[in-house]
Amino acid sequence: MTRLLPLFAFLLLAALFGFGIWYNTKHDQQEIVSPLIDRAAPDFDLPVLGDNSRRVTKASLLGKPYLLNVFGSWCIECVHEHPVLMNEARALGVTLVGYNYKDDPADASAWIAKHGNPFDVIVADRDGRGALDFGVYGAPETFLVDAHGFIRYKHVGPLTPDDLAREIRPAIDALRRENR
Amino acid sequence: MIPELGQFALILALLLAIAQGVLPIVGAWRGNAALMAVARPAAIGQAIFVSAAMAILIYAFLSFDFSVVFVADNSNLALPWYYRVTAVWGAHEGSMLLWVFILNVWTVALAAFSRHLPQPFVARVLGVLGWLAVGFLAFILFTSNPFLRELPMPADGGDLNPVLQDPGMTFHPPVLYMGYVGFSVAFAFSIAALLGGELEQAWVRWARPWTNVAWAFLTGGIVAGSWWAYAELGWGGWWFWDPVENASFMPWLVGVALIHAQAVTEKRGSLPAWTVLLSLFAFSLSLLGTFLVRSGVLTSVHAFASDPRRGLYILGFLIVVIGGSLALYAVRAPKVAGGKPFAVLSRETAIMVANLLFATAAAMVLLGTLFPLIGDALNLGKISVGPPYFGFLFVLLMAPVVLLLPFGPYLRWGRGEGKSLTTVALRAGIAAVICAVAGWFFADGRLRAIAGIAGAAWVAVGTLSYVAKRWREMPRGRRFPAEMAGMLLAHFGVAVFLMGVMLSESLSIERDTRLAPGQTETIGGYTFRFDGVQESAGPNWQGDQGVVTVMRDGATVHVMHPQKRVYTRGQVQTESSIDAGVFRDLYVALGEPMDAAHVDGPWALRLYYKPFIRWIWLGGLFMTLGGFVAAGERRFRAKRAAAANQVVPA
Repeated sequence: MTRLLPLFAFLLLAALFGFGIWYNTKHDQQEIVSPLIDRAAPDFDLPVLGDNSRRVTKASLLGKPYLLNVFGSWCIECVHEHPVLMNEARALGVTLVGYNYKDDPADASAWIAKHGNPFDVIVADRDGRGALDFGVYGAPETFLVDAHGFIRYKHVGPLTPDDLAREIRPAIDALRRENR
Repeated sequence: MIPELGQFALILALLLAIAQGVLPIVGAWRGNAALMAVARPAAIGQAIFVSAAMAILIYAFLSFDFSVVFVADNSNLALPWYYRVTAVWGAHEGSMLLWVFILNVWTVALAAFSRHLPQPFVARVLGVLGWLAVGFLAFILFTSNPFLRELPMPADGGDLNPVLQDPGMTFHPPVLYMGYVGFSVAFAFSIAALLGGELEQAWVRWARPWTNVAWAFLTGGIVAGSWWAYAELGWGGWWFWDPVENASFMPWLVGVALIHAQAVTEKRGSLPAWTVLLSLFAFSLSLLGTFLVRSGVLTSVHAFASDPRRGLYILGFLIVVIGGSLALYAVRAPKVAGGKPFAVLSRETAIMVANLLFATAAAMVLLGTLFPLIGDALNLGKISVGPPYFGFLFVLLMAPVVLLLPFGPYLRWGRGEGKSLTTVALRAGIAAVICAVAGWFFADGRLRAIAGIAGAAWVAVGTLSYVAKRWREMPRGRRFPAEMAGMLLAHFGVAVFLMGVMLSESLSIERDTRLAPGQTETIGGYTFRFDGVQESAGPNWQGDQGVVTVMRDGATVHVMHPQKRVYTRGQVQTESSIDAGVFRDLYVALGEPMDAAHVDGPWALRLYYKPFIRWIWLGGLFMTLGGFVAAGERRFRAKRAAAANQVVPA
């Protein structure tokens, strides 16, 4: 009997690992970002990419929900995500704000020129300090902010058409129902 | 075309690994010498193809072949060539290839240095190693292919994680893997012994040098990793108890227990089942570590690219390998607690106690590492335990080990030995008390520092007094056989390590400060003067380089240049500047300017004064050296040939 103990202990461990994998696929990364959800978005005041004279603030975006997409010209996954923003995200009917993160403005402008610009406006956060307040881990990340300036949804990693259909669009529809 | 050749090479390696896994084991079972003879050529063939795949991946990096996704994700045109080579193991796919490559290094070494072992035994050992290779090669080919292409190919790639752009990355992962994977040999030996039913002392003696070398590599790899984290991550810490570190530390702890248990089983015949179990555990924990690091189960923040299929695959593999081997253990483990009888105050008892402490420590680390997962499973919310848990329990478990250490060499096999124990306890005890009193003044009465000094003196004097005893009592040439010399070196390393840990932990001064050019800050008797920031650039980064002049008693000690680098792909990396010394390190990391518009203004700086921190790694190097030296024991080789003749081939 005692010889079977190590085997039983291991099987218990294996069950725990199986649970871990299942749990991760169910809960995704959303669990970690929960502290931000349904909280007011942090205040920010950032220059528009390529035009330092114009600035975008949190206040200037109030009144309409918007999708804030954190990207950088240095970010590989952003290239994979970009077509989704270009094609599907523009059809969502909300303002798309590009959040250029820790990037050289010249590189960012060149990157946008090459891949196309899906955004209504792009803000440049060169040193990444504003992104810190947003709790950004890396790029790409996407936030849905409602008309009152509250973060309602956060997505970590590149958006896929599937994410848009299953997560983002229902979240936006829910916002519309609230406002009615 | 060339990356496809790498892919073909991996497929051929997989086929050869299957042959290596099946035919020799069937041969050993049926007593068919021709089938058993397949083991060596199959192993060598597999190694050739895996090496070819490795070479082709390196070539893809060197030739900027960005059509290969793995290359495009982890390198770019500006990355220097040496980091393009190390980028091979800078991310998941390539590091798995390195895993298999190193498994092949061990397999080929085993094939070459096992001519004098009985053929059925070698056939089984190589067969087991073949199955391990099958598991990992299939994992690479089906879920983590480093040769995957993407067309059209990007004009330039991403970047190797800047943290990994450090000279330490050239040797830390390969050395660590040599240790990790090296335990597969002890594992294969015990599986072969269980399969063959020839569970006697012989296999343990054959396995001992291999286990010692693997353990030595693992120690060296952990030391290198700790030093690299200290120098590169910019936090000045040397151990963080994070899951990735724990993944390498658990096999190390079990490895310590294993190399001692092997000594008991080999020399006295005692604890045979326990030694088998530890061999299985050591490698199982290596695999488990791979699972924890690679499946994304624990590090969900970094799990951007983690694919649940990978986690599932490794879990399935774990169940087959660990579950299978433990089931085999349950069926075939030695039935009787054999071996020669031993008294209470014998070396066997001491090793058993230490074994239990090390095994408990490994279980404690495992539990702490899995805590977040257990929290999820029992619906207790997000919980995790940090350094307080690990630090407290680890010290608690290791304190008795330190206390026992000086007695180990003095104890005799089998019989009790009281008199010499009193002598050594007296000597080491007096030394510890004297050093504690001296330490009282040196460390201003800080308890942890004093405990460290006293503990180090206790272990060091206890070990050295045994060296003196051998020197006096034994004739020249027979004083220090390799096995004993290795043991004494490693034990002495514990003293050095202890000194480093306790003194640097309790006497370090860490200060976060803001300094304008010309201003000074004094810590630990050293005055740091901030002389402003210059522009600086490397092959693939630009940045700010601070100039900090360190003075003591008016004389300049060192001019330090901490950097803040911005890599071409935008990642920011702090490159601390360290003035290393035997008795203290000075450590400066550059933060941010207080006002981004005025780089000439005040900057945030982090200044550390770290006494004795080098001793931590020095102690680790002693242990590493000890492991290698012990493996060179002549007796392992000489008697191995004799023992081989005694075993009747199955």
